[in-house]
Amino acid sequence: MSRSMNDDWMEVGKLAEIPPLGSRVVQIPDGEIALFRTSDDQVFALRNRCPHRQGPLADGMVHGHRVTCPLHNWILELESGEAVAPDVGCAPRYPVRLQGDVVYLSLRPATGCEEKSAA
Amino acid sequence: MKERLVLIGNGMAGIRTLEELLRLEPDKYDITVFGAEPHPNYNRILLSPVLAGEKAFDEIVLNGRDWYREHGITLHTGAPVTRIDRVRRQVHAADGTEAPYDRLLIATGSDPFIIPVPGSDLEGVVGFRDIQDVETMLQAAARYRRAVVIGGGLLGLEAANGLIKQGMDVTVVHLLDTLMERQLDRPAAELLKGSLEQKGMKFRMQAQTEAILGQERVQGIRFADGSELETDLVVMAVGIRPSIGLAEQAGLYCERGIVVDDTMQTYDPRIYAVGECVQHRGQCYGLVAPLFEQAKVCANHLAELGYGRYQGSVTSTKLKVTGIDLFSAGDFLGGGDSEELLFQDPAGGVYKKLVLRDNRIQGAVLYGDTVDGAWYFQLMRSGTDISELRSSLLFGQHHLGDSGHGGQNQASAMSDDAQVCDCNGVCKGDIVAAITGKGLFTVDDVKAHTKAGASCGSCIGLVEQILESTLGSDYSAPETKPLCSCTDFTHDQVKATIRNEHLVTVRQVFDKMAWRTPDGCHVCRPAINYYLLAAWPEEAEDDPQSRFINERVHGNIQKDGTFSVIPRIWGGRTTPQELRAIADAAERFDVGEVHFTGGQRLNLLGVKKQDLPAIWSFLSEHGLVSGHAYGKALRTVKTCVGSEWCRFGTQDSTGLGIRLEELTWGSWMPHKFKMAVSGCPRNCAEATIKDFGVVCIDSGYELHIGGNGGVRVRATDVLCRVTSEEEVLEYAAAFTQLYREEARYLERTAPWLERVGLNFVRERLVDDEVGRKALYQRFLVSQQRSQQDPWKARAGGEQGYEFEPLKQIGA
Ligand code: SRM
Ligand SMILES: Cc1cc2nc3c(=O)[nH]c(=O)nc-3n(C[C@H](O)[C@H](O)[C@H](O)COP(=O)(O)OP(=O)(O)OC[C@H]3O[C@@H](n4cnc5c(N)ncnc54)[C@H](O)[C@@H]3O)c2cc1C
Ligand code: SF4
Ligand code: FES
Repeated sequence: MSRSMNDDWMEVGKLAEIPPLGSRVVQIPDGEIALFRTSDDQVFALRNRCPHRQGPLADGMVHGHRVTCPLHNWILELESGEAVAPDVGCAPRYPVRLQGDVVYLSLRPATGCEEKSAA
Repeated sequence: MKERLVLIGNGMAGIRTLEELLRLEPDKYDITVFGAEPHPNYNRILLSPVLAGEKAFDEIVLNGRDWYREHGITLHTGAPVTRIDRVRRQVHAADGTEAPYDRLLIATGSDPFIIPVPGSDLEGVVGFRDIQDVETMLQAAARYRRAVVIGGGLLGLEAANGLIKQGMDVTVVHLLDTLMERQLDRPAAELLKGSLEQKGMKFRMQAQTEAILGQERVQGIRFADGSELETDLVVMAVGIRPSIGLAEQAGLYCERGIVVDDTMQTYDPRIYAVGECVQHRGQCYGLVAPLFEQAKVCANHLAELGYGRYQGSVTSTKLKVTGIDLFSAGDFLGGGDSEELLFQDPAGGVYKKLVLRDNRIQGAVLYGDTVDGAWYFQLMRSGTDISELRSSLLFGQHHLGDSGHGGQNQASAMSDDAQVCDCNGVCKGDIVAAITGKGLFTVDDVKAHTKAGASCGSCIGLVEQILESTLGSDYSAPETKPLCSCTDFTHDQVKATIRNEHLVTVRQVFDKMAWRTPDGCHVCRPAINYYLLAAWPEEAEDDPQSRFINERVHGNIQKDGTFSVIPRIWGGRTTPQELRAIADAAERFDVGEVHFTGGQRLNLLGVKKQDLPAIWSFLSEHGLVSGHAYGKALRTVKTCVGSEWCRFGTQDSTGLGIRLEELTWGSWMPHKFKMAVSGCPRNCAEATIKDFGVVCIDSGYELHIGGNGGVRVRATDVLCRVTSEEEVLEYAAAFTQLYREEARYLERTAPWLERVGLNFVRERLVDDEVGRKALYQRFLVSQQRSQQDPWKARAGGEQGYEFEPLKQIGA
């Protein structure tokens, strides 16, 4: 099984540990990654900082394949990290893989979104 | 294969229906449109400005030919349909085209009524309905000088105004002795006539047309009294007739219009009808706002969502003659048991009349100053009790003062750089640019694109006014707004369904009410979760994922992602032990700041999320519980020292405050809820700006309701006086429960009370003792499950996943 995983992938927990329509945080040395579980039992990962003013996305509300930031209600697409129009911005996205009920996360952010504002 | 939808009538209502349908179900139908006119769909309303030379035809086209192409719609212009074959389900057009249908939509509009007098078929006699008519008039204006417009109603006056602008000498002929009698009372009509005369318009009042004179082309007109008037053009604007010939011939049941039910279906369920050709609940409409509402419902059914219902519309009128401000709505004549509020300034050319019944606006006529038309119309449609506003109502909304009064000042008088939204710094010019540049039609659109009104919402009224002044009569504020963009249902419909259908989970609501989104959104989920808990306190399970983060983790999220912790200080009275515990907690968890709140308690700010269970555990060991400072729930019960200490105190206000707080804490509400008890009318606890306030008096207690500070300050109304603490508690609980059952989510007691009226609450609480006791009992039942300290539960490990990282990687 783990043969199919390349070196980037890291086991972070079980699907059941993330509540449906909820999220959990994985702490990494330079910050946090938020894992979201949607109602169709997919898992997505974004950097836990809203492109607007760094709101903790993991504290937001998940609906469809989207999350609403808790601070000022920006809505981000979980699949791309892009803010839903008319807002503009993007949270870096991390690849996630589900094998059975085990969640694997890659710590190498997917390309396509440069984090706008530095810390 | 796709189903086939055929639309007869390429006009405003029909095409709006298609637009709504394409938004819901873009791929469901193969669509074919037949239009009698040779043009794509244009904005008929703006024919008047085209006639007046203020706009070109290109500028009023709503859907150009490429719109039809982009959506794969087959368009036949200049092709009136001549026959509907209901057996074969086909339509036949004059140019020989045939089209089969699975569903048919009839939107043939109406025809101008041409008075059947001799000569009405002469050249130079026209109606005022389409671009063809306008062209005929423009050609006449280029060659001839004199024109007669028959009909002194809205259309007639707009036509006359346009022809004057084109240089003609125009006489308006009217059967009655006042103009626009269906929209105006006599004083307003007189003022209007005066202003139009100043623009050069002439009038023949109380004149009945007997014949139109001329050989080939019109040369004059003769009245019943034998007098004659020379003219080169006659415009008939005496009314419209729903265009039902085609439907009648197909055997569809028609009266004045094609009769439809609340789903916009005719007697043949495959055939729908919308627009001016329709008769719904006995009413035919001649303005776009109701037609657009019909379009929405019809599209909903064509998309087979099956839940929209059209229930009729209330309309208002404006005259589009530059320089004349006129507004009319509802029953403006009054009489019977109604009252009138009047303002007249003939010299200033201003006239305002409001017709009231039971302190609610029934109708309005405004002339000269129409700035508040939208506001009155809104009060009228929402049935707001205006007894509080009576004395200042006629002076308009801006008279109510500035700060926070909903902000609905004179939008049209504002300059472009005037700030509308103070939260997000959005100016009027930004909003106007977005409306015109991006083609926005609704407040939600404006919110999304400019952020105006997206924060505290106090400027929404102003945004609505700007929309209205920018879009003109195209904009009509929705009467009752849908809960959010996931549904067309209103708060009240959702609440009623939850109760009637005995729904107990958010998911059941989504399924039953055909939500458009899989899991709703951050707007509807918390509302539904609340409605479920309020309706079925013993059965509905709270859904943490449908709560905003503050209520999910029982603290207030801060801008940096930390949380604040405010323990309950019962009735504002504390002890050295409690203070010591709070001080110790602050030190032990290294909180950023300790702040005395405006609600007589202490706020520990800047607590890290993962420390929350531990700090709660510590506080809990020292007897402190959650203060719900984060929740749509009971917040504080503010008290003064009262008769225990104060030389003026009449009752034990502190003790009563504590009892009130013990009774009501933990209860979930539509919005936050604050109480106060003052020991005497000096009112040091500010009980008169609380949701429920008690002012102690010598003989007992005066109960106050519906106040708040905040964005829009509102002082309370007095509910009644009682003599014992037991009664105060019963009234407090019953009032809270009434509010919990009746108000909409995120509606605080103040706006709720203004919506339903003080009398409603008095009837339920004061006049109806049995009802009050029943409310009290229902409140106690609901409290049995909600009075559990959430901090203690979480300190004990409940929902621990909220506070712990799933995994820690690296150091
Ligand atoms: C902590 C406190 C300020 C303080 O340090 O004194 C406070 C803090 C906040 N208030 Fe307040 N309000 C506080 C007393 C008040 C008062 C005064 C009072 O209660 O006597 C008012 C005006 C009175 C009233 O409500 O009628 C007040 C009117 C508001 C409003 C406007 C409400 C309105 O109906 O217009 C909001 C916005 C809202 O709730 O939507 C608000 C919202 C907020 C929020 C929750 C903003 C937010 O959503 O994050 C603030 C949270 C700060 C934090 O992180 O803790 N706060 N807020 C006070 C807490 C009192 C307590 O002990 O629980
Ligand atoms: C000059 C003027 C000013 C107005 N000003 C206002 C205003 O300020 N505010 C307001 O709210 N309303 C105003 N109105 C009214 C508004 O324009 C109408 O209520 C609205 O256009 C009606 O929409 P509809 O789709 O029902 O009819 P229409 O827009 O008339 O569309 C019906 C279409 O069906 C076509 N048709 C008819 N029979 C057939 C057939 N057998 N086959 C194929 N096609 C057919 C017609 O040619 C027409 O194009 C105004 C109207 C006019 C004429
Ligand atoms: S007034 Fe209230 S909401 Fe505004 S900054 Fe102060 S605490 Fe926050
Ligand atoms: S920080 Fe996310 S919306 Fe403002």
